[in-house]
Amino acid sequence: MAVEQLRRDVFDGSALRADFPVFDRPHRSGLPLAFLDSAASAPKPRSVIEAVADAYGHHYANVHRGIYELSEDATARFEGARRAVARFIGAPSDREIVFVRNATEAINLVAFSWGRTNVGAGDLILSTQMEHHANLVPWQQLATETGARLEYVAITDDGRLDLDDLRARLAQRPKLLAVGHVSNALGTINPIEEVSRLAHDAGALVVLDAAQSVPHMPVDVTRLGVDFLALSGHKMLGPSGIGALWGRRELLEAMPPFMTGGSMISKVTLEGTTWAEVPLKFEAGTPAIAEAAGLHAAIDYLEGIGMDAVRAHERFLFEQARDALAALPGVRLLGPESADEHAAVLSFVIDGVHPHDVATVFDHHGVAVRAGHHCAQPVMARYDLPATTRASLYVYNDLDDVERLVSAIRATQTLFGTA
Amino acid sequence: MDNLYRDFILEHYREPHNKGVLEPHDLHFADSNPTCGDEMSMTLQLDDAKQRVVDVAFDGRGCAISQASASILTDELRGMSLDELRAMDPGDVVENLGVPIGPARLKCALLSYKVLQGAVIGAEARWPDEADVLAGGSAP
Repeated sequence: MAVEQLRRDVFDGSALRADFPVFDRPHRSGLPLAFLDSAASAPKPRSVIEAVADAYGHHYANVHRGIYELSEDATARFEGARRAVARFIGAPSDREIVFVRNATEAINLVAFSWGRTNVGAGDLILSTQMEHHANLVPWQQLATETGARLEYVAITDDGRLDLDDLRARLAQRPKLLAVGHVSNALGTINPIEEVSRLAHDAGALVVLDAAQSVPHMPVDVTRLGVDFLALSGHKMLGPSGIGALWGRRELLEAMPPFMTGGSMISKVTLEGTTWAEVPLKFEAGTPAIAEAAGLHAAIDYLEGIGMDAVRAHERFLFEQARDALAALPGVRLLGPESADEHAAVLSFVIDGVHPHDVATVFDHHGVAVRAGHHCAQPVMARYDLPATTRASLYVYNDLDDVERLVSAIRATQTLFGTA
Repeated sequence: MDNLYRDFILEHYREPHNKGVLEPHDLHFADSNPTCGDEMSMTLQLDDAKQRVVDVAFDGRGCAISQASASILTDELRGMSLDELRAMDPGDVVENLGVPIGPARLKCALLSYKVLQGAVIGAEARWPDEADVLAGGSAP
C-alpha cells in the first residue's frame, strides 16, 4: 500500500513543529533537531508557554483563600484546569482529580495513603516485571515497611504481560495490582480493560501508571475499569512540576492525607485537625498554579488535534519505523510486533554498539534519543541487556524523523565497522 | 564526534587491554554506572609487601568510552603504589583518554576510576564531583 494511502487519517506532524519554539533552536550539528525522546519529556507548544506566562502575568494570586477578585480569578482558572484533566481522562467528577507534581508522586500518594492503611503483614501486592521504577520502588517500600509480600507478573519474550501468570498470581487474592498502561522501556500497550476485570474478580484494586498512555491515545478511566490512575503533565506537552492522580471518589474519601499542612485542612485547633474535602485533602501547601494553566493549555492543544488522530498518527509512524528497522541488519526491536499492542516507542539494540555510544553518534547527527535502562532495570535484566536505545515519537514527528533515525543507525554501524 | 570516536578508542573497545579476572588476586571491586547500569569489576595482584601493583585486569560490558577508559587506565597501573592509586586525579584519567568528554558521557569515562578507587579505598569511595572534573579536565 502506498504511503500516501496509509496516511489517509493522519496529519502532517512536521507542520506542527512551527508551534514548538524549541525546534527553532540551532543544533550544534547544524542539522534540524530530530527529537525522538518524547517518552522522557515532551517539548512545549507556544500556547502552553504563553499560558504559563499569562497566568503569572495577569491571573496570579494564591488559590482557594483570597477574598478578592484576583484570587477568585486564579482559583477559577486552577479549578478549570482540574475540570479539563477530568474531562480528558473521562473521570466521572473533577473532585476525583488530585494535582500532584508528576506520576511518581501520584503513585507514592497511593502507596503511602491507601497502602499504609489497607496493606498489612502477609498481604500480597502485585506489580509487574515491565514497570517503570516509579511503579515498582514505592511498592517495594510499602512491602518492606508493612511486611507485605510483593510479587511481579512475568512478561513474555516478545514483551507482553503474561496473562496466564497474572491469573495464577491473582488466585492468591492480592490487595492491589500496580501496572503500567504503556511500557516506557518496551512500548507495549497492555490490555488494561481485561487486566482490570481479572484483578477485580480477584478482589484487587488496580493502580494504573498512565504516564506513557494519556499523552498518546484516548484514555477513559471508566472504560479501563481501573481504581487509580497516575499521569504527568510534562510528557503531554504541559509544564514539568504538575501531574495528576485520579482515584475513585469513595477510595479517596476513605484515605488519610498523604502530606499535611496548609490548604488541606477543614479546621485546626491545637488539639487536632480535620481534613478538607477531597481533593483538597491531598493538596497540602500552595500548588503549582501557573503550571496548572499550562497543563490546561496542553490539553486544549491535544484536543484540538484529537486524541484519536494523535493515536492514528503515532501508529502510522510506528509501523513505518518498525518496518524500516526490520530491514536493517544487526538491529533488533524489542516489544510486540503488532501496532495494536505497541505504542510509538521503539526500544532497540544495534549489534556490537553500546546504546550510550549509539545516542552520542545520533546526537552528532541531530537525532535526540534516550539510551540506558529507561528507569526499568528489571526489564533490561529480563532480556539480559545492559541497556537499549529508545526512539519515541509524538505529534511533531513525521516520516522525515523516521528517515533521520534510519540514517543515524547506518552512520553508527559504519563508524563502528559493524555494517 | 570524529574527535570522540577516534580510531584508538574504537581499537581499545574492540580489543581491550587487561580484560578478564585475575585469580588469585589481592584486591577486587565491582560497581555500576548508575545512568545505564553497566557493571565493571577490577582485580589487582600486589607485590609481596602488598604495596605495589603487579598485575591488574578489568571485566564487564559497557560502551566504547567506558571500555577504552578501563583499557587505558589499567595499562598505567603496573608498578604503581597503593598510595599513588589513592591520590590519582580523576581529571587526569579523563585527560588520558585523549578525546573530549562532555557531561553526558563523564560517568562512562570515570567508571574505571570509580571501580579502582573502590578496590584500593573500599566501598566508601565516591564518584568524583563532576563539575570539578569538567572544570579541571582540559582534554585535548
